[in-house]
Amino acid sequence: MTTQPGQNDFAAALIDRALPVPDGVTSWTQPLPARRFGVYRNNVSGALVEALAVRYPVVKRLVGEEFFRAMARDYALHNLPRSPVLIYYGADFPDFIAGFEPAGALPYLADVARLDSAHWESYHAKDAIAVPQGAFASLAPATLANVAFEFLPSVRILSSPHPIVAIWRTNTEDAAVQPVDLTLAEDALVARPEMAVEVRTLPAGAAVFLSALRDGRPLGEAAATALQTAANFNLSQNLAGLIAARITARIIP
Amino acid sequence: MITVATIPARTGIGLKPQHYQEILRDRPGFGFFEVHAENYMGAGGPPHHYLEAVRKDYPLSLHGVALSIGGESPLNRDHLARLKALLERYDCGLFSEHLAWSTHEDAYLDDLLPVPYTGKTLQRVCDHVNETQDFLGRQMLLENPSTYVQFEESTMTEIDFISQIATRTGCGLLLDVNNVFVTCKNHNMDPNAYIDAFPVEHVGEIHLAGHDERRDDTGAPLLIDAHGSPVVNRVWKLYERAISRVGPVPTLIERDANVPPLADLLAEAARADRVLDAERQRRNSHAVAAE
Repeated sequence: MTTQPGQNDFAAALIDRALPVPDGVTSWTQPLPARRFGVYRNNVSGALVEALAVRYPVVKRLVGEEFFRAMARDYALHNLPRSPVLIYYGADFPDFIAGFEPAGALPYLADVARLDSAHWESYHAKDAIAVPQGAFASLAPATLANVAFEFLPSVRILSSPHPIVAIWRTNTEDAAVQPVDLTLAEDALVARPEMAVEVRTLPAGAAVFLSALRDGRPLGEAAATALQTAANFNLSQNLAGLIAARITARIIP
Repeated sequence: MITVATIPARTGIGLKPQHYQEILRDRPGFGFFEVHAENYMGAGGPPHHYLEAVRKDYPLSLHGVALSIGGESPLNRDHLARLKALLERYDCGLFSEHLAWSTHEDAYLDDLLPVPYTGKTLQRVCDHVNETQDFLGRQMLLENPSTYVQFEESTMTEIDFISQIATRTGCGLLLDVNNVFVTCKNHNMDPNAYIDAFPVEHVGEIHLAGHDERRDDTGAPLLIDAHGSPVVNRVWKLYERAISRVGPVPTLIERDANVPPLADLLAEAARADRVLDAERQRRNSHAVAAE
């Protein structure tokens, strides 16, 4: 009579390394072969860590390979993918980072992770064509306050008390990482008007303004909301920024 | 059912984002591209943009890694629908998947996990292959696995198991020669004997890749199907042996880790093409001699 380990036992032992090799797993050299079974354990955790490393390259760079692996493995083994499409895996990793005590010395890490994640989502988002910049010129000033906008599916808006864009940019684009003033707060706009993802720093109130527009609220209302949060909110500067960013899929007069 | 027709009996390579620009600029000549289906299941963006551009110039083979055909859980119908959409959108010449499982209940374990070879598991795999082929409306190829452990409960050899699947379901087989080498070395079997016994009449494609070498707890060789290094000479020898039985079929150079310059992959592809050409010549000269 041989033992028949079900996939339940096999899967449980893959995830919980304290469990023994499942009964019935064998090899020509020995029964219950630990190192052989360990290949599967390493493959599973290694692949999930790699999926997170691809989505969170700047986080990995900030904490280093070894720290990232340990943190990502901890997340992965407690948060297995629910879909076989790993493009969507790890969306809540920033929340995990925010509560990950060993990373407490880097208070900006979770928000930088949110920027990494926004960049990844923007890269894979549904394609749409931005309206030409000239389309804004034809809007009548009298009715401007009632105009609403539909943004590209690739648009992400982030708000942070940390200089997330400066940190992200110097760890992505600069040959040598430049010093960043960690007392600054930065909001970010992430979008992909064509094939390249663009990351912008937003001026005061813009994150609130753009979020309101993204939620379908008309321009006048979005501007008023932004003014409430940032007294120095500048509407004409923000309109110019909105047009320059090419993030509008549809203008709804 | 649509049968395999549009992938030529030449060598292809795996399409990697690192090579998108160079491929579109230089349009190197070779048989086909293969992609992992799951990497193209995002909504849009550069992956689809480049795949569409590449597809204009090359035939495409779609290789799934996450369907979990060997799983105890039911097949994921949403995933089948995603595969079908890709096969249609990119008019893929081949679709292949693995004799393995990767999803258990609702958790995706992201590895190709081993299946015991019994009458019961055979029935389950056949049901899943049938379901896949019915859903996709086409023949699929099933790939032999790299395995690191065996199961006490197994009552059949891997070759008997795979042969029965092909016979019962009408699926084709993807013969991964590196997997043959890895599996045979890991289980103290003769890779030549494996190739000699393989049901070659069902083979629609061959995979070639590199592997890593480790040791198990007893010091015995433990080879790992890592796809992170060039194809080794002993696998090339095994490939020649396989081709002499199978005849010229589409052959893929797989590389998923430590992706080298495109030229390195093209050089490996050219080496495989020479094996295919030599076999064509050998078969032609036999045919002539027989007249």
